[in-house]
Amino acid sequence: MFVINCPYCGERDQSEFSCGGEAHIVRPKQPTELSDDEWAEYLFMRKNIKGVQFERWNHAHGCRKWFNMVRDTSNDKIHAVYKMGEKPPVI
Amino acid sequence: MTKYRINKTRFVDQTKTVSFTFDGKKYHGFEGDTLASALLSNGIHLIGRSFKYHRPRGIMSCGSEEPNAICQINDNTDLTEPNVRATEIELYEGLKASSQNCWPSLNFDIGGINNLISPFIPAGFYYKTFMWPKSFWKKIYEPLIRLSAGLGKSPTQPDPDIYDHKYEHCDVLVIGGGISGIMSAKIAAKNNLKTILIEDKNILGGSTIYQNNKNFIIDNQKSNEWLMNEISELEKLDNLIIKTRTSLAAFHSYNYLLAKENISDHLPLDKKNGSIRQRLWKIRADKVIVAAGAIERPLIFNNNDRPGIILANSVKKYLDFYGVSTGLNNIIFTNNDSAYETAVSLFEKGISVKIVDIRKKSSSNIVKNAEDLGIKIYWNSTVVNTFGYKKIKSIEIMNLSEDGSNVTGNKHKIQCDCLSISGGWTPMVHMHTQSGGKLDFREIDQVFVPTEKSENHINVGSCNGDFELEEIVKNTNYKVKKFLNINEGGFDKISVLCSKESEKKNIWLLPNTISESKTKSFIDFQNDSTAKDIKLALREGFKSIEHVKRYTTTGMATDQGKLSNMHALGIIADTAGVKMGTLGTTTFRPPFTPLTFGAIVGRSVGKFFDIVRKTSIHEWHVQNNAKFENVGQWKRPWYYPINNENLHEAVQRESKAARDSAGILDASTLGKIDIQGSDASEFLNRVYTNAWSKLGIGKCRYGLMLNEDGMVYDDGVTTRLGENHYLMTTTTGGAANVLSKLEDYLQTEWPELDVYLTSVTDHYSTASICGPNSKKILNKLFPNKDFSDEAFPHMSYQDAKIDKIECRIMRISFTGELSYEINVESKYGKSLWENCIAAGEEYKITPYGTETMHLLRAEKGFIIVGQDTDGTMTPIDLQMDWIVSKKKYDFIGKRSLYRSDTMREDRKQLVGLLTDDPNEILEEGAQIVSELDKKPVEMIGHVTSSYFSPNLNKSIALAVVKGGKKMNGQKLFVPMENKNINVTVSDFIFFDKENKRINA
Ligand SMILES: [Zn+2]
Repeated sequence: MFVINCPYCGERDQSEFSCGGEAHIVRPKQPTELSDDEWAEYLFMRKNIKGVQFERWNHAHGCRKWFNMVRDTSNDKIHAVYKMGEKPPVI
Repeated sequence: MTKYRINKTRFVDQTKTVSFTFDGKKYHGFEGDTLASALLSNGIHLIGRSFKYHRPRGIMSCGSEEPNAICQINDNTDLTEPNVRATEIELYEGLKASSQNCWPSLNFDIGGINNLISPFIPAGFYYKTFMWPKSFWKKIYEPLIRLSAGLGKSPTQPDPDIYDHKYEHCDVLVIGGGISGIMSAKIAAKNNLKTILIEDKNILGGSTIYQNNKNFIIDNQKSNEWLMNEISELEKLDNLIIKTRTSLAAFHSYNYLLAKENISDHLPLDKKNGSIRQRLWKIRADKVIVAAGAIERPLIFNNNDRPGIILANSVKKYLDFYGVSTGLNNIIFTNNDSAYETAVSLFEKGISVKIVDIRKKSSSNIVKNAEDLGIKIYWNSTVVNTFGYKKIKSIEIMNLSEDGSNVTGNKHKIQCDCLSISGGWTPMVHMHTQSGGKLDFREIDQVFVPTEKSENHINVGSCNGDFELEEIVKNTNYKVKKFLNINEGGFDKISVLCSKESEKKNIWLLPNTISESKTKSFIDFQNDSTAKDIKLALREGFKSIEHVKRYTTTGMATDQGKLSNMHALGIIADTAGVKMGTLGTTTFRPPFTPLTFGAIVGRSVGKFFDIVRKTSIHEWHVQNNAKFENVGQWKRPWYYPINNENLHEAVQRESKAARDSAGILDASTLGKIDIQGSDASEFLNRVYTNAWSKLGIGKCRYGLMLNEDGMVYDDGVTTRLGENHYLMTTTTGGAANVLSKLEDYLQTEWPELDVYLTSVTDHYSTASICGPNSKKILNKLFPNKDFSDEAFPHMSYQDAKIDKIECRIMRISFTGELSYEINVESKYGKSLWENCIAAGEEYKITPYGTETMHLLRAEKGFIIVGQDTDGTMTPIDLQMDWIVSKKKYDFIGKRSLYRSDTMREDRKQLVGLLTDDPNEILEEGAQIVSELDKKPVEMIGHVTSSYFSPNLNKSIALAVVKGGKKMNGQKLFVPMENKNINVTVSDFIFFDKENKRINA
């Protein structure tokens, strides 16, 4: 079980958090103008990387804030956490 | 003293007799014994029968790796426990143990016939044999397999013991209380680090504590004497917690570890009462030092499984730690020097001992010591067979050929009553790999050793592949200092003298003169898999170690292959002609040793198993005989039977009353989210399918929420309390998820919106009064309030007071009746409810539960999200086009409603179903077909809700059917086990289609 450094609360047990999947997938501003394929790309397609992955996490049983996390999915090493809207770090 | 208790030691108190029974017979041991050592002291080796062939099996080791000596404890009581290793259980007064896996008795076992027919039970036997004919499976094969499968008996009563969980945090956790663990703990604790040392035995010291040999000297003392002093030093350290009888179960990432402490297992029966049995420690450690030690390997040769064949170091431990001799005429069969320590020990106690060594020579001090004592050594030899059914009687040995691949010369028979075997040592790398660590294969002594990568844990001692005493002591000191960034270790000037092994030889499967098919060379003793099983698997095309393991079941017993995995790998590598390091290892999964279910669940049993949520009105429901239903964690009244009514009778009465006069429902469990902020209206516009901007203050509106994929996610009524203030209700079960989803959009997609969400589900209690007389009841409750349709129309809300209690009244309806929901602060919930009941008495107000609510809304064709929908239904599928705004540019899920798939006309769509026989009630979940004769039968839909409607006096059902929208009036069938039910597709609004009753 990881220890996650919530950008608002500090280090807490993983059991307080839930993972929201891949980060930096922006909801299209004008969905009606997208083709089925383009919409499907947004809706369904995820990279599911083995290695360094940018993810969304929610401090569900804490401050309820969403934030981003850079995690190596092959060894669960957490490289960085940063707030929503902040620029992703270069890893 | 018994015949086999030949030695007095400081670890077993021979003044304190402990009595116990084994298979019903009474025996004696001493305080400090394990069940295994006590049995051996009574000359008992035969403990059980093997799993597949029912061969007699005896105690083989002295620890958690024990494959054979597994027992049933406290048989025929609710404390009974199967699969307890005799080597791990400490003897206590009153212990009752019995053998497992034998019938009718240990000494005469009918299953032993399997041993005679064993040429016909090769690897994969069950897979191959029980395939066909198919009709045999249920009546013959399955009962047969069930009869012979499984180990031991499960208790039939709930576990009466208490188990506990506890969190602990420390700077350094040391796993293992052998010499390297003790040194590590001392170094850490002396340097002001909060340190925990855990050891699964009751006494610290590992195998060094009984290493009483002149060839192993630390600082001019015998190693055991030196270690004894270190342990007493250790006990003086303040910031060190020592936990004995505590075994590590799991080593998770980020140094999160689980350890199980046995608290009262070793206590006499009359002293266990009321105390906690086991505690599971959840430890988060800054640094972890693994000093888990090594396990001695067996040797693989024909008939290597007889009672009396024991690992050599275990023989030494029984002798020097417990004072018990495992035999009086001992032979040691080894491929390495460590077994010579056992030989010297046996010789010094006056026990006859000979040595068979597969090596040609060894020039170490300990071997010279044995030779000087005159112990006979058969060099370059191997055991080719053993004899003796219930206990070993003799062995046959032969010389090895030059390259070790074959045997030469004559067979030589030697008598014995114990054969001590040693195939070298396997480092316990389980903890290291569980934490994510990798392994390297070390060719010279054929072991997997940890590759050090982690900054957060290290391995020291023999689990790291350091086997010689000098290496262990010096490397532990050096590595721990470096790991903890410490200058002074306290062991920097230590001097160690020890015997050093220079000649190494390993043969995974020892050669024989007999053809392989006629040998039984066991690798996995508990699951009875042999070398030839593994070779067969390879011949049949299995290559991956993981596949071979599953096919042959090698390493899959309760000992998890602690003794067998390395040999299985070695034989695979030899047979396939590949290098062992290239095969990889099997994955070591937690727990390291089996955990009791009790330890896993801890205190979360009975009423603490899950959180229970009760409304403030709950006690009233209980007093009024409500039957409850779990909805999420909530307890909701299901129905309120009167005079032994069953569910059906109660629901018929309740629903009739609600439509004829008045009914009342506790609706407090509905999710409630308070929404505030200047962009609240815009926010609702984006999350609901319908438009919200024009909803006036004081008005209510039903909303439908989709997922981004267009599927219905939740629904509920939202009320505009003020200009920038809304109260949203959600389904009872969906409340938490809806809040989380809304927060997600607000924080990540639309951070520009000025909106704040607060869950207020628990803050308010809700009484929902419906029925034609509900207005009269409201008038009585709020005499100053005008409830006329003009002053208080449907879908609106007003504030009011009962005495000083503030109430929010919403005129909304989920039943189709005139209906009011009164919300008060939760603390007034019960008082409100009692007021409502009192005011409604003259109208026979009837409390109703969830079942009646479901029936009433089904009559009206209102969906329940999660019952009539399953995450694959769009609002269009549900014929709810009316609630999907065409004008709004965007809302969650909108674009998905125009995907080619969601626009298909043959999607499952919501319809009503009427049975041709109006008294026939369909089963919810039943499949629907249009053609009975078509093969294969095409299922075109299923029933989602079904009731007998007392208001319509007939059966009604909701269903989803492919292309159902266009099937009104069509005949369909619901095939059941014994009959086909004829149904007709209908409108799904069965009752009051014109919505007259809402304004009645
Ligand atoms: Zn937080």
